Amino acid sequence: MDLSLQIGSLTLANPLIAASGCFGYGVEYADIVDLSTLGGVAVKGLFLSEREGHPPPRIVETPSGMLNAIGLQGIGVHRFVAERLPELRERRAIVIVNICGTTLDEYVEVARILSDAEGVHALELNISCPNIKEGGITFGCSLPGTHAVVSAVRKVTRLPVIPKLTPNVTDVASFARAAEEAGADAISLVNTFLAMAIDVHTRRPKLTNIVGGLSGPAIRPIAVRMVYECRRAVKIPIVGMGGIATADDVLEFMIAGANAVQVGTMNFVDPFIWTKLMDGIRAYMTTHAITRLQDIVGTVDTSAREKAWISS
Amino acid sequence: MPVDIDAAVIENRRLSADYNVLSLAAPQIAAAARPGQFVMIKTSGGQDPLLRRPFSIFEVLRDQSGEPSGISIFNKRIGVGTTLLSRVEAGARLPLLGPLGRPFEPVDPPAEAWIVAGGVGLAPFVTLAAALQARATPTTLFYGARRAEELYCVNLFEDLGVTIVLSTEDGSLGVRGRITVPLGDALERRPLGNPVKLYVCGPTPMMRACAHLARAHGRACDVSLEQVMGCGLGGCYSCVVLAHGADPSTGLGAGGGKPHHTRTCIDGPVFDAQRIVWDAVSGH
Repeated sequence: MDLSLQIGSLTLANPLIAASGCFGYGVEYADIVDLSTLGGVAVKGLFLSEREGHPPPRIVETPSGMLNAIGLQGIGVHRFVAERLPELRERRAIVIVNICGTTLDEYVEVARILSDAEGVHALELNISCPNIKEGGITFGCSLPGTHAVVSAVRKVTRLPVIPKLTPNVTDVASFARAAEEAGADAISLVNTFLAMAIDVHTRRPKLTNIVGGLSGPAIRPIAVRMVYECRRAVKIPIVGMGGIATADDVLEFMIAGANAVQVGTMNFVDPFIWTKLMDGIRAYMTTHAITRLQDIVGTVDTSAREKAWISS
Repeated sequence: MPVDIDAAVIENRRLSADYNVLSLAAPQIAAAARPGQFVMIKTSGGQDPLLRRPFSIFEVLRDQSGEPSGISIFNKRIGVGTTLLSRVEAGARLPLLGPLGRPFEPVDPPAEAWIVAGGVGLAPFVTLAAALQARATPTTLFYGARRAEELYCVNLFEDLGVTIVLSTEDGSLGVRGRITVPLGDALERRPLGNPVKLYVCGPTPMMRACAHLARAHGRACDVSLEQVMGCGLGGCYSCVVLAHGADPSTGLGAGGGKPHHTRTCIDGPVFDAQRIVWDAVSGH
């Protein structure tokens, strides 16, 4: 049974990646999850320097989901390399570092530092966090901006570059195309949906930041649709995510067009989810006599529906 | 190392319309639990509410041979999750992740321990009182509520030989007023040479007031904080509080300077009260 896949020069043993912002720096989970068994670990977004993030409350639950406005609290790239990366190396994790910037130069500088660090396997470009006003999302919501960040980082690193796309745009596939044209090795999507929740008794927003990003099973069908649209627009690998809770959800994303997936919110609910997902994927492969998991990518069969639509 | 157990509900003891004690079969968690630690409970089988909820380990339950067999939680009905836990019946199963968090450090004699609890803030203190009793540390419980009917489970502390001081806001039992009234008096009367450590859990204004009293009287004071928590393992950075000084788990914040956002789940829930920037703490 072959579960592996390729992103640029990087081989992942399986398609299950811990999503950035939902798995700390990986080391927090190292005692309960064998990090080397994951396809990869996307660590919490890093700027050049430390950041305190937003004041609490930072999360609120909504039906089948949650809103967050953490505000990218983080230790900065230097402390990450010095204090967290050695343990990740020792645990033999495939490390995908999510990088952030308030300017183009900051993305480039963070990418440079990480490219020289031993044990970093890929860079995920955060151009999609909905909770930070400066930088990031302004690149991710403009086609020239997306192209500019991806090309700039592309020039300074040999590591695979994976821009993470926002769903808060009219046509996400056009951003996938811009990323591919700029030299991205893969794209990941979706980041969270900009959302809001209000306490009707106090008439105050439930988050200090007023708005936040919606994640969890509530967004899954929208994310699946967006992965499907991007698959038709680009050739590069797609890392799909959005409320994955079961092996069937993983398979749904892959059939829609994802080569790999990330699991975020549901890891909070069940930190032992990884072996359950893996067992479910293997069982599916056995049932359907699939020897190479990548063979199911983008195989959604829309022909019958299209025929029915035409004849109706 | 925390484990996730599909724990059977042994008993749901309803104390009132709003409070219940839920006993859960979880031998591994019971055996590993230290005073003041917590568990993350999935309150629904489905996805609403989606996330687990943090609960202090209220009691460590033991079987007939004295081996740890389970834990209980002290639940106050507030929102959707706690309402589900108030209604659950024996035989049901609840996913239970734990034990989690930095525990209390019980003091040894000749120091005394003064436990200060407000309302549902009683939750982390039975396990602490048991640990203090095992060390023969003289222990007092200061326990306050709005009225006499809301002072629960005092017998658990009496059985452990704890001295009890009660207060009610309506004066129906014990000292009239908030628990900081008898606590303040006791601190005034206490000769400076006799070491005493305060352990506090309750509403935020009460914990803030206790922190100020402890500082004014030069007494050590630990608080157990509850914040909205996503994962309980340090992964999501939801449960932060603004704190001075270095975090035990990571050394972040060492070197002083400005206070920083520290995670309640892995650097707490127990904190030195003087580390906390109380004006920035959310919650009631």
